[in-house]
Amino acid sequence: MKPHQSAIAPAPPPVIRLSTLVLLLGLLALVIASFATLPLQWKAFFTFDALRTVRDFLGGFAPPESAPGFLRKTALATAETIAMSALGTAIAAAAGIVLAVPASGRFGGGAKAFTRMLLNVSRSVPELVWASILLVAAGLGPFAGTLALAFHTSGVLGRLFADALENTSPLPESSLRQNGAQAMPAFLYATLPQALPQMLSYTLYRWENNIRAAAILGVVGAGGLGQMLKYHLSLFQMHQAATVIIAMLLLVAFVDAGSFALRRLLMR
Amino acid sequence: MSATANPAIPSDPAWRGRVTAIVLTLVVLWPLLSWSEFKPWILLDAQSLQATGMFLASFLPPAHAPEFLLLVAEATWQTIAIATAGMTLALIGAVPLTILINERLSVSRLGTGRTGALGRSVRQLMRWLLVLLRSVPELVWALLLVRIVGLGPTAGVLAIALTYCGMLGKVYAEILESSDPHASDALLNNGSGRLAALLYGALPESASELVSYTVYRWECAIRGSVVMGFVGAGGLGQRMDESMKMLAGGEVATMLIIFVLLVAGADLVSKLLRRRLA
Repeated sequence: MKPHQSAIAPAPPPVIRLSTLVLLLGLLALVIASFATLPLQWKAFFTFDALRTVRDFLGGFAPPESAPGFLRKTALATAETIAMSALGTAIAAAAGIVLAVPASGRFGGGAKAFTRMLLNVSRSVPELVWASILLVAAGLGPFAGTLALAFHTSGVLGRLFADALENTSPLPESSLRQNGAQAMPAFLYATLPQALPQMLSYTLYRWENNIRAAAILGVVGAGGLGQMLKYHLSLFQMHQAATVIIAMLLLVAFVDAGSFALRRLLMR
Repeated sequence: MSATANPAIPSDPAWRGRVTAIVLTLVVLWPLLSWSEFKPWILLDAQSLQATGMFLASFLPPAHAPEFLLLVAEATWQTIAIATAGMTLALIGAVPLTILINERLSVSRLGTGRTGALGRSVRQLMRWLLVLLRSVPELVWALLLVRIVGLGPTAGVLAIALTYCGMLGKVYAEILESSDPHASDALLNNGSGRLAALLYGALPESASELVSYTVYRWECAIRGSVVMGFVGAGGLGQRMDESMKMLAGGEVATMLIIFVLLVAGADLVSKLLRRRLA
């Protein structure tokens, strides 16, 4: 074929490989099987009766409770939520740094594999599951929630910190070592400062996530706004529940706006 | 002897900053500690230590009676099914909303660079709907829906569908709007329909990103559906909650292992799918 012809020839139609086709069919089968095996009660939703139930249920929320005493209680629960998230993140950052040092391969392959596995496990158990396990040890209340956030987040941060440490340049540290510095100061003054800005930004990002997580952790009894929501919903006090939900939405919106503004400020 | 008298030990030039930082940290930390009722010594209380010790000791060996494993397998499948069904419903809601709010497909924008008043208000309204859907956490949706449809997977499926519809709609629109506008603009300028402009102009470039985001969200939905089980929305989470309340450590251990494996498996499948479909 001459070159100028190939330039105007239409691209050949994309070839769909057999394996891709099988994969897509498998996905379709998964979707069908999911709907087929779940005992879904569409009746409860798409009948006239059900629609009225939904309307009554949603109507029960209005108006949100706005007595000053209750608002003060909600504000306190919001403060509790923020405190839980901040402390949990701070503990996790400290634990993350400690765990990241072996996880970045400083003490050999065995220690690295072991810490990485530990980090993986603590990361793949969600905060809420951690909270419900920790309730046994720490009792009901925000302390269990704080610990739960710390456990999950140290898995996340430890892994990110370890990657950040691995990506630093080894030259400054080795030149300090060759000039007679001890191992610890060499690490603190040559390697850590390179990774520190990135670690800080990871920590802030996780804090933002943890505020959102802390707001709902309470539904298993671990304090904050979630615990209030669960409490009032189970007593069918819908007006109070509505206020708590609004507080949650405001908190999330505030955090989103704050992190957006901070990011813009830092990027400039 | 003061430090300045000994030239071998220079005084710390940054001591002012250090002291300020320590004092500030303490001032900020104090209310945080009191608000979050941070009392680590509770953990070392004799009664609490005993309860924890007994609970942890009962983790070993993990429960492995055949009928229990069957029950867990069923719950695991239910978790996957809730995530998949919820994602499917979310997609059914998100795709039309994406097409609605996508500014690329505005015909009134062509030439003038400004969208018409009607189109703009409809788009803004739909955007607010998406914001509302995704800013209520899925767990709260599940908590409310359990009150309406009762305990069981229906609440979980609907909660995932509502939250993820909000997320998918927003991100899909963003991905499509950040693709190169030339192709779809050329199609629209030459009189093609909007759907055709979307399918042939914007979609080919963004398809792989859209697919990989969808698969990633499916992975998140699996984790989410376990968590929602704790408020009674079916699946592995509900079983875990029941065992936890009975302090049946062995059963909790088995389910935690299954859960970690499930998350790792979903991670693997999602990586595989993304590489293949992208």
